[in-house]
Amino acid sequence: MTLLHWAVLSPFIAAILIPFLYKYLKRIHTGWFVFILPLVLFIYFLSFIPRTSSGEAILNNLDWVPSLGINFNVYVDGLSLLFALLITGIGALVVLYSIYYLSKRKEKLNNFYVYLLMFMGAMLGVVLSDNLIVIYVFWEVTSIASSLLISYWYTREKSIYGAQKSMYITVFGGLSMLAGFSLLYIIAGTFSIRELVANADIIMASSLFIPAMILVLLGAFTKSAQFPFHIWLPDAMEAPTPVSAYLHSATMVKAGIYLVARLTGVFGGAPEWFWIITAAGLITLIWGSISAVRQKDLKGILAYSTVSQLGLIMSLLGAGSAAFYFQDGDSALYMTAILAAVFHLINHATFKGSLFMAVGIVDHETGTRDIRKLGGLMTIMPVTATISLIGLASMAGLPPFNGFLSKELFLTGMLNVTEYGIFNLEAFGFIIPIIAFIASVFTFLYCILMFSKTFMGKFDISKLKVKHVHEAPAGMLISPVILAVLVIVFGLFPNLLAYSIIEPAMAAIAPGILSPGEFFDVHITHWHGFSAELFMTIGIIVLGVLLFMTFKKWENTAFYRGEKDLFNAAYDYGYDGLIKGSQGLTRIQMTGRLRDYFIYMCTFIILIMGYTMYRYNLPLIQNLDLSPIPIYTWLVISVFVGSILTIPFLNNRIAIIITTGVSGFLVALLFVLFRAPDLALTQLLIETVSVVLFMLVFYHLPKLKKVKTPPRMKTIKLVISIGFGLMITLGSLSAFSMGQEANYESISEYYTENSKEKAGGYNIVNVILVDFRGLDTMLEVLVVSLAVLTVVSLIRLRFKGGEDV
Amino acid sequence: MELLMSIVIGIIFSVSIYLFMSKNLLRVAVATLLLSHGVHLLLVTMSGLQRGASPILSFDAEAYTDPLPHALVLTAIVISFAVTALLLVMSYRTYKVHKTDDLEKLRGSADE
Repeated sequence: MTLLHWAVLSPFIAAILIPFLYKYLKRIHTGWFVFILPLVLFIYFLSFIPRTSSGEAILNNLDWVPSLGINFNVYVDGLSLLFALLITGIGALVVLYSIYYLSKRKEKLNNFYVYLLMFMGAMLGVVLSDNLIVIYVFWEVTSIASSLLISYWYTREKSIYGAQKSMYITVFGGLSMLAGFSLLYIIAGTFSIRELVANADIIMASSLFIPAMILVLLGAFTKSAQFPFHIWLPDAMEAPTPVSAYLHSATMVKAGIYLVARLTGVFGGAPEWFWIITAAGLITLIWGSISAVRQKDLKGILAYSTVSQLGLIMSLLGAGSAAFYFQDGDSALYMTAILAAVFHLINHATFKGSLFMAVGIVDHETGTRDIRKLGGLMTIMPVTATISLIGLASMAGLPPFNGFLSKELFLTGMLNVTEYGIFNLEAFGFIIPIIAFIASVFTFLYCILMFSKTFMGKFDISKLKVKHVHEAPAGMLISPVILAVLVIVFGLFPNLLAYSIIEPAMAAIAPGILSPGEFFDVHITHWHGFSAELFMTIGIIVLGVLLFMTFKKWENTAFYRGEKDLFNAAYDYGYDGLIKGSQGLTRIQMTGRLRDYFIYMCTFIILIMGYTMYRYNLPLIQNLDLSPIPIYTWLVISVFVGSILTIPFLNNRIAIIITTGVSGFLVALLFVLFRAPDLALTQLLIETVSVVLFMLVFYHLPKLKKVKTPPRMKTIKLVISIGFGLMITLGSLSAFSMGQEANYESISEYYTENSKEKAGGYNIVNVILVDFRGLDTMLEVLVVSLAVLTVVSLIRLRFKGGEDV
Repeated sequence: MELLMSIVIGIIFSVSIYLFMSKNLLRVAVATLLLSHGVHLLLVTMSGLQRGASPILSFDAEAYTDPLPHALVLTAIVISFAVTALLLVMSYRTYKVHKTDDLEKLRGSADE
């Protein structure tokens, strides 16, 4: 265990302590204790920057299950560090914000912070592990923590719905991903990502390459809310706003991005990888941005906007993966896409985090997030309005904010794709920048809509539930202000990040492209001259403004009035169908009829035994060493079989009992013939008692009715019972013949040899029962006494006013 | 002998399974009893029959029949007796409470 391991595990340890702090230090808001941890971790991770920016990577090993190749190896390189900084940095700000957002009197803070810390730890685990299985474990913990946080206000039906939805979708993806990881293990024989990257050629050549890739991508796409799995994210907005700001914009949803970025080294270069990711990203981008325009809930807008921005980053990673196709040559062409992805990842975390917090403030102060009820808040909440303006302008891609820079880079990346000249891009490539352009127009549109509807126009208090609206307390503003300042700082001085954070992350995403000692060229500027990107940006602004000006005209169209996502219906339908289907299946299967259960069980036993015997050519009858049959046994056995066969035909109670008794006594006789005196004695004794018991009970039971079974049922019963009997006969013979074939020394020999010496008894069976296996016999006595107790209480038990005997 | 006994055991099982699928509680109780007979004989048969003296050392024989299945079966006989007794008393109580011994009518409600 190194310090890095402890860093990953520290949130979990803190999570254990939190409930105690909450319970015994009620006067201080629990958030203050929590706040320390991400802050310390953030500073700790900052200290890695000098090492990663020089191209170094830190690997600390810790064996977990070495025999299965599962080791908790912590690996820090540029990409991991970028995510670790986001997780702890945004985490610290969110905790600080939550201290003012969640009241210490009304809310169950212990639950909240335990889940939040659990999430933080799991997320650090995902981004800092080198082992796929460890990643998977932490991945699922993030899913669980996320649904716990979404359902934090668990009395609300919508919270539960949203939590379930996110859980089902992300866990489905997680399990697919596990299957994909297993396939990778089958191909390359390792779970270590570094070793997988080293063996990328073998993986690429394998026939399991495509299945493994698709399964892994399912995991990434469900987590990162890519189309059509994006539907869980808008419903996840039922979570408290700090959670939305943290999990559902800055960190968890980026786990999928992380996975794709991390595994680009393994899968990158394949046309399938390029097409699936680019296409999924672009569809998500445009679907999310158009859906966002339709939303009336502020958080709904942000949710769809997050979906769309995640699609943007995803498509960039897809485009960048082409770098692996040209192992050598000019890397600038496609590395721009990766540069844009990394830069936008950081920018998105800053502006979306601040926007979520601003929306949280609006919600907190006005009691609503419905843009139809809000308006004119600019003068009332000037700071919040400024934060929102900065965030939205950055998201819309306006200079001089950081969003403008990454948007330009994104457009460059998308334009570059058309110049690749691979993967049939000559034919369809031109669509890619067009989609990017249209999506950007809608992004611009919802940004203006969101700002104007909330902060401009007329303020109407009568639509709100609260009496007074005022600016949020200073404490609540700290975090969004910090993020907004970062938006401006990164916007004005992008090169602060260039070689400290972005370049190492790029090098980690695209390993092996550079020779050692080389660095990618990261040069981010505002002014590129009159390039295509600039004209596209101008076009976006013009079209966006035009659409906004004509808002009145399309306000009442069906497009704007509805806000439901088509795919929600599919999910709800599927969910209901699943429940109804399983209920139906259960109803067919669980009929409550003993007969049906027997039919199912026996059919399966017959099929399984039959197949096994067929498969292994059993029983081996040829060389059976059978013992001779003495004449008198024929007599005993024929009477025995006769009595047994009569039983089903009898309709008289006493006749059935007597015949059963007869067969029981004949079993005792058979035991005598088989030289088992102890068995014969026991059987005689028990059979006598059984018959007496039957006689006693039968007196109280009604007469047997002659039952008419429909012929079809009768045939089924006959076939199953005879088939079962046949299987048992064959099974018995197989067991006997295999016992002879195997030639093992039976453990019975031990008992025969030692019964006199060690236990001092001559009757071996008795010695086994009371001496060698004495404990078993004692437990058997326990079973029998339990049965006796039950019998006694069943006979004596009377319901109130019930029957008498 | 083993072949013959295997067939006999098959017959016992067939009859027992057939009775299990009837609607009447008493028949089910009898089926349980028969099934345990079948299992006991099966255990004894599997190790081979009549291959030596009774497993009592004072006989001083060269070979004894396998004592282990005997020990197993002895335990099983006692347990199956407990099961049968419990089943019988249960069917008695069931009849007293529900006034029927028809398993079809004892199914409970459809939604369970």
